[in-house]
Amino acid sequence: MVAVQKKRDQPWLIRTYSGHSSARASNALYRTNLAKGQTGLSVAFDLPTQTGYDADSPLARGEVGKVGVPLSHIEDMDQLFDQIPLDKMNTAMTINATAPWLLALYIGLAQRRGIDPKLLSGTTQNDIIKEYLSRGTYIYPPGPSMRLIADTINYTVKHVPRWNPTNICSYHLQEAGATPVQELAYALCAAMAVLDRVKASGEIAPDEFPQVVDRISFFVNAGIRFVEECCKLRAFGDMWNELTLNRYQVEDPKRRRFRYGVQVNSLGLTEAQPENNVQRIVLEMLAVVLSKGARARAIQLPAWNEAMGLPRPWDQQWALRMQQVMAFETDLLEYGDILDGSPVIAAKVAELIEGAREEIANVEAQGGIIAAIESGYIKRELVGSHMQRLRAIESGDLKIIGVNCFQETAISPLTVGSDGNIMKTDPAAEREQIERLRAHRNNRNAAEVGAALQGLTDAAKSSENIMPSSIRCALAGVTTGEWGDSLRAVFGEFRPPTGIDIAIDSRVVLGKKDQVTDLRARVADTGNALGRPLKLLVGKPGLDGHSNGAEQIAVKARDVGFEVVYDGIRLTPQQIAQAALEEGVHMVGLSILSGSHMELVESVLQELRLRDLAAVPVVAGGIIPPEDAAKLVAQGVRAVYTPKDFNLNTIMADMVDVIRECNGLLRIGLLQ
Amino acid sequence: MALINLPDPEQLASRILRGVREAVASGLNLLDNRLADARSRSARLLASLSGERQMNEGHLVGVTGPPGAGKSSLVSAMIREWRFSGRTVGVLAVDPSSRPELGGGALLGDRIRIKNSSYDEGLFIRSLANRNQMGGVSSEVWPMSWLMLSCFDVVVVETVGVGQTEIDIAEIGDTVCYVAQPASGDTIQYLKSGIIQIPDIFAVNKCDLGAPARKTAAEISRSAPRQDRREDWDYPVCLVSATMNTGIKQLNDQIDRHRSFLVGAGSLGNLRTRHHSAWVMRLLKEEFGTFGLELAGGSATISQRLGEHRSCQFEEYERIRTQILSRFKSDNSSSSITKKEHPNEQAVV
Ligand code: B12
Ligand SMILES: Nc1nc2c(ncn2[C@@H]2O[C@H](COP(=O)(O)OP(=O)(O)O)[C@@H](O)[C@H]2O)c(=O)[nH]1
Ligand SMILES: [Mg+2]
Repeated sequence: MVAVQKKRDQPWLIRTYSGHSSARASNALYRTNLAKGQTGLSVAFDLPTQTGYDADSPLARGEVGKVGVPLSHIEDMDQLFDQIPLDKMNTAMTINATAPWLLALYIGLAQRRGIDPKLLSGTTQNDIIKEYLSRGTYIYPPGPSMRLIADTINYTVKHVPRWNPTNICSYHLQEAGATPVQELAYALCAAMAVLDRVKASGEIAPDEFPQVVDRISFFVNAGIRFVEECCKLRAFGDMWNELTLNRYQVEDPKRRRFRYGVQVNSLGLTEAQPENNVQRIVLEMLAVVLSKGARARAIQLPAWNEAMGLPRPWDQQWALRMQQVMAFETDLLEYGDILDGSPVIAAKVAELIEGAREEIANVEAQGGIIAAIESGYIKRELVGSHMQRLRAIESGDLKIIGVNCFQETAISPLTVGSDGNIMKTDPAAEREQIERLRAHRNNRNAAEVGAALQGLTDAAKSSENIMPSSIRCALAGVTTGEWGDSLRAVFGEFRPPTGIDIAIDSRVVLGKKDQVTDLRARVADTGNALGRPLKLLVGKPGLDGHSNGAEQIAVKARDVGFEVVYDGIRLTPQQIAQAALEEGVHMVGLSILSGSHMELVESVLQELRLRDLAAVPVVAGGIIPPEDAAKLVAQGVRAVYTPKDFNLNTIMADMVDVIRECNGLLRIGLLQ
Repeated sequence: MALINLPDPEQLASRILRGVREAVASGLNLLDNRLADARSRSARLLASLSGERQMNEGHLVGVTGPPGAGKSSLVSAMIREWRFSGRTVGVLAVDPSSRPELGGGALLGDRIRIKNSSYDEGLFIRSLANRNQMGGVSSEVWPMSWLMLSCFDVVVVETVGVGQTEIDIAEIGDTVCYVAQPASGDTIQYLKSGIIQIPDIFAVNKCDLGAPARKTAAEISRSAPRQDRREDWDYPVCLVSATMNTGIKQLNDQIDRHRSFLVGAGSLGNLRTRHHSAWVMRLLKEEFGTFGLELAGGSATISQRLGEHRSCQFEEYERIRTQILSRFKSDNSSSSITKKEHPNEQAVV
């Protein structure tokens, strides 16, 4: 039967999170994506841009243009939006610690092109709380960081009214292991912290406050348990409606609507049998489009090869088409809310709300979310939840098809390509960006730059809004590193607690009691044979913020008897080698997921050799393609572990054996 | 058999005295090592490092207090000040281990709080698990802090103090600084009940919080009794903020003043000798029990022997140990001869 198209709802904004190599290359990609029917842009920045460093900073080595586009100054912004009309485009920028700066560059560019900033629409993610808890691109301490967020809100509400200045994120919390209740509770706590801060700034008249509340949008996650996820979104809507009414007295129900964008769960996407990720992604999307009353406003999807590396244009196209099939082929958009009135759904929603209320009260009792971040409480809760998840996968209680069950597979034609089946960023990108940056620096009016930076510093020191002086910096040609450093000088830097100091005993939780007991004996015996307890340094070199793997390895290693040194993310190879020396460790374990493993591992090995530590075995884990793993082993790395090595007990046993082998002891071999 | 290349102690000592970082690291590894061969080399290493310098120079500072009081942050601020005035600093940061039946592992996470991001040749930090030893301070802390004292101007030992564990740190530090958490009654309660020995200096941290810190400081000043092991010392109470960097210079000045006080009273050397003897007794007792001590002639004899070898107590300790071990061997042929396991010990004794 041919269905005639009835009156349909408008579909959500269809986006692809992308950006790589350079502004020019990314611009080309954006224009092809728009031509394919994408309706908004979602910009991925590289890590130096996200952490406020210029491309030529020593900390940026190996990271320029890797996981996103490098953006050092207004000319880069101009190139990124070449032939894209800023007043017609909806642009989402995943940018946080440096959000005021990237927004200033965008506004500055609009001004230069003669476009009224009032016409700009889009989103800056600008949520520092989840950076401390999961995403890792924080710079400044909580106090000044929250002020910067308040500044951008206060500014845009008045001058760029169609902009979403902040996007409260629960997405990243689920990616760090959060349960639905934790996602609800911590995201709502974060939203309260932001709104309270804006209120306290006194810049908004009470009758204009509902307008501010209206501009707050969310960025959430949707996992494979899609019924529960669907209920979570309904719970979000109900709780936000209630909170904005009671806590902020927003009378207009339209302004109390929970507006959210989505990226579906990527933590559960697998390296093994990667084609199965397609089903996962589609089912996850279903959760956020199914019920009209709680439907997403914007969606971006990961690609089937998520756990292998960056997606190529074709991989992204496939993900884009999933959305288009859902929006345009199915009859989904022809109906009202199909879940309203279901008692099963209502009960589940109520259960989630109750759990979230309890946890919110708990956080409030600890002095609010900032205090609970500083004390390490929330991070510990997340590390604990993620640990439970990994335990369940190991024990088989949580089934992951192709990983811990149904592992047998025919050879997939998808994974035999000669390009490694992932996007390789331009290896010349870093050098070219540095050259472009240096040329730009020589091309500016130094006096103007100096004056603009002085204005920025003055604003930072006073309580003046940071946006006007940042826009002036943008127009004067100031660079990302200069903006970041000026504020570092005033605000200082911050490192949040790592959360790995949780109380655990995996024997109790894990069914495989004997493996843990056996491992503890192996660790203890090996320590005895070597004369002192085994000591492991878990290191995260570079700007990479993916901490999950390092945290879980650290927690597990402690549990089986290692003495573990872990200092958190974003350390230099020099700092890691220095720690290895001072701590006298038996092994250095590096975790790198940003794709910069070749440069970073090489640097660490080099720094270790400089300190007479060539004999200390180094192992590495993360997103490391097989060809690269082979090269690393040839350079002296003793073992490489990737997501398909999901069994932590097996990894631990192997690490003990590597230490044994390097100290002239016999390997013990696989666990029973 | 494990291939462990243990270093030559005398050569290592001369490199350590020159402040070579690799040598300091490998010296600390050696002192941590419980293999029989390593133990005798450790004793030789310490003997080569000991002497006049160690009895009178350097400053061994113990920093203790409840978890979360800001000890590591404060140590970091103090280090900045010391480094600014050109003094080199060694740090031993002690963290608790899980119980042996839970694997005995430990998470050592203080480094990053103590170290600022820039690279500094004049600062050396080693973290250490307490390995569930009596009093919360592992036995390795004693020799390790002595090694550090031979090559750094200031040596800081950070330990978590809740209740009784401060007693141990008091047996290491020339100067013991207790970091108090504002608005927590713990410190005062411990002081009143006499659970903790009076530290030499109180630092009430987080004074940026305002009133609660001032209140806690006032309460401590009131309740610290005025009689203690070191008379004529006034037990200063300093208000500091590690994060705002306030009061740090004054705190360091008090720490210096305490050292001058000890030197002026001619008691630094004696204090260190006393601490040494206390540690030796503690270690022997922990390893062999009272019966072991009897085999070595009882505590009085041991104290006397240590007193006669003031500048090489480590070697004397190792001699006493070996002696007890061989006595055990001849007196008692049962398999489990010591309280602790020494897998490789029997072969050499
Ligand atoms: C979760 C996740 C996130 C979370 C991270 C939360 C956190 N605190 O860790 C969030 C949402 C914050 C995030 C953000 C980003 N992410 Co991300 N993320 C992932 C994802 C989905 C899973 C990674 C993970 O945590 N897995 C679970 C842990 C337990 O597994 P694991 O780390 O692999 O560890 C296992 C082994 O590798 C090994 N192992 C790992 N380390 C070590 C260390 C030792 C010593 C040992 C022995 C073993 C070992 O043992 C573990 C057990 O199996 C991957 C894709 C995927 N499915 O793998 C992308 C992925 C890593 N992310 C990616 C990108 C690009 C980003 C961003 C940089 C995007 C951007 N441009 O802003 C941001 C910024 C992050 C930053 N600051 O660096 C890319 C990296 C591309 C590349 N390598 O070329 C990936 C591959 C996705 C993709 N295909 O594009 N991400
Ligand atoms: N407000 C405030 N917080 C501090 C101060 N010093 C430390 N902290 C915080 O207290 C917590 C514990 O600090 P840490 O140094 O790890 O304490 P430790 O466990 O005693 O070593 C951290 O969150 C610090 O940021 C201070 O002077 N003022
Ligand atoms: Mg500490």
